[in-house]
Amino acid sequence: MNQPVRVKTLKIDGRDVSGREDETILEVARQNGIFIPTLCNLEGLTPIGACRLCLVEIKGVSRLLPACVTRVEEGMEVYTQSERLQKYRRMVLELLFSERNHICSVCVVNGHCELQSMAQILGMTHVSVPYRFPRLPVDASHERFVVDHNRCILCTRCVRVCDEIEGAHTWDVMGRGIDSRVITDLNQPWGESETCTSCGKCVNVCPTGALFEKGKPVSERLKKRQFLPYLTMMREERR
Amino acid sequence: MSKKRIATVWLDGCSGCHMSFLDMDERLVEVFQQADLVYSPLVDLKEFPEEVDITLVEGAVSSEEDLHKIRMVRERTKILVAFGDCAVTGNVPSMRNPFGTNAVLQRAYLENVTLHPQVPREVIPALIEKARPVHEVVKVDVFIPGCPPSAETIFLALSDLLADRMPDMAKLTRFGA
Repeated sequence: MNQPVRVKTLKIDGRDVSGREDETILEVARQNGIFIPTLCNLEGLTPIGACRLCLVEIKGVSRLLPACVTRVEEGMEVYTQSERLQKYRRMVLELLFSERNHICSVCVVNGHCELQSMAQILGMTHVSVPYRFPRLPVDASHERFVVDHNRCILCTRCVRVCDEIEGAHTWDVMGRGIDSRVITDLNQPWGESETCTSCGKCVNVCPTGALFEKGKPVSERLKKRQFLPYLTMMREERR
Repeated sequence: MSKKRIATVWLDGCSGCHMSFLDMDERLVEVFQQADLVYSPLVDLKEFPEEVDITLVEGAVSSEEDLHKIRMVRERTKILVAFGDCAVTGNVPSMRNPFGTNAVLQRAYLENVTLHPQVPREVIPALIEKARPVHEVVKVDVFIPGCPPSAETIFLALSDLLADRMPDMAKLTRFGA
């Protein structure tokens, strides 16, 4: 028998809002038109709280919590735009930019990159930590797609869409910390992967120029994301 | 009211930012009613003068000469502006960094040359180990991202600076713009 749906009421930035008990702060904020920045989050994929851009303050909680994986609770008071949060969010972006070689001017997705536009939205005009300039490979062995590790921010959207939606689990992550890297199969060249179905979902969910399709002009490299909520909806209806 | 003193400097960049500066077209007249251009690759002066109010720096810091120049410019300038992506992020000049200076010189002057292959050691300033954004070397006061920043962006930023206001650059431009 279905449990009755419980509704929680809470405050976000002083506004009274309500959400289902199984919803996250991010979901409820978005339903109410309150902007919380995200990079790793994508509607239709399991949220993982990896990028930390969606950190929010909650009254009575000393830690900052990621809005994408924190459930709403009765009487919660959430703050999404404090000076401290803005500072941390810019710092997160600066660290992402400094970790690899994000040269926007010569990137295949210049003009439609989520990292690039997030920097502008959050008012980040320069990186205050030293750039690392690591030497990273570009794997163009796949017939249709390329992975450029210089642009990867390790959001793992590709890993999740490949596992959860396509069901192939070609993508995964190897290494630890700053040396982590996305890999295909057991760190084989993408073109030699036995599990990849060449569906292209990973390319379309990638927020940056890390995954892209060969042989297209930059102006046509817009990522198409509409398929994701649609596929999820169709599956849930069938269940 | 005395006119402000403006300078522009060209380090390791393609001069595209200076071209964009010139693209202000007739608005240049407006700018130079409020300011004098006291040093620039666009005017024929050899020495960077003292007491400059605003200096726009195009390009990354890539050579011994760039290092020397930017330190002097910083000392003689009130408001130092990182002008364009190379100055702000390192941009294209920094793409040599993952490989190291030696590998790049080998490639450019030895491997791809048929007649008298040799790495130049005189006249041309020596490259430093990494091309760096300007603020990693000296303090920068204003950052104008863009490759290049549009003439509109430069005009609005300069207008604010000439009126002693700090421009809100994220509203006007972005990396790679």
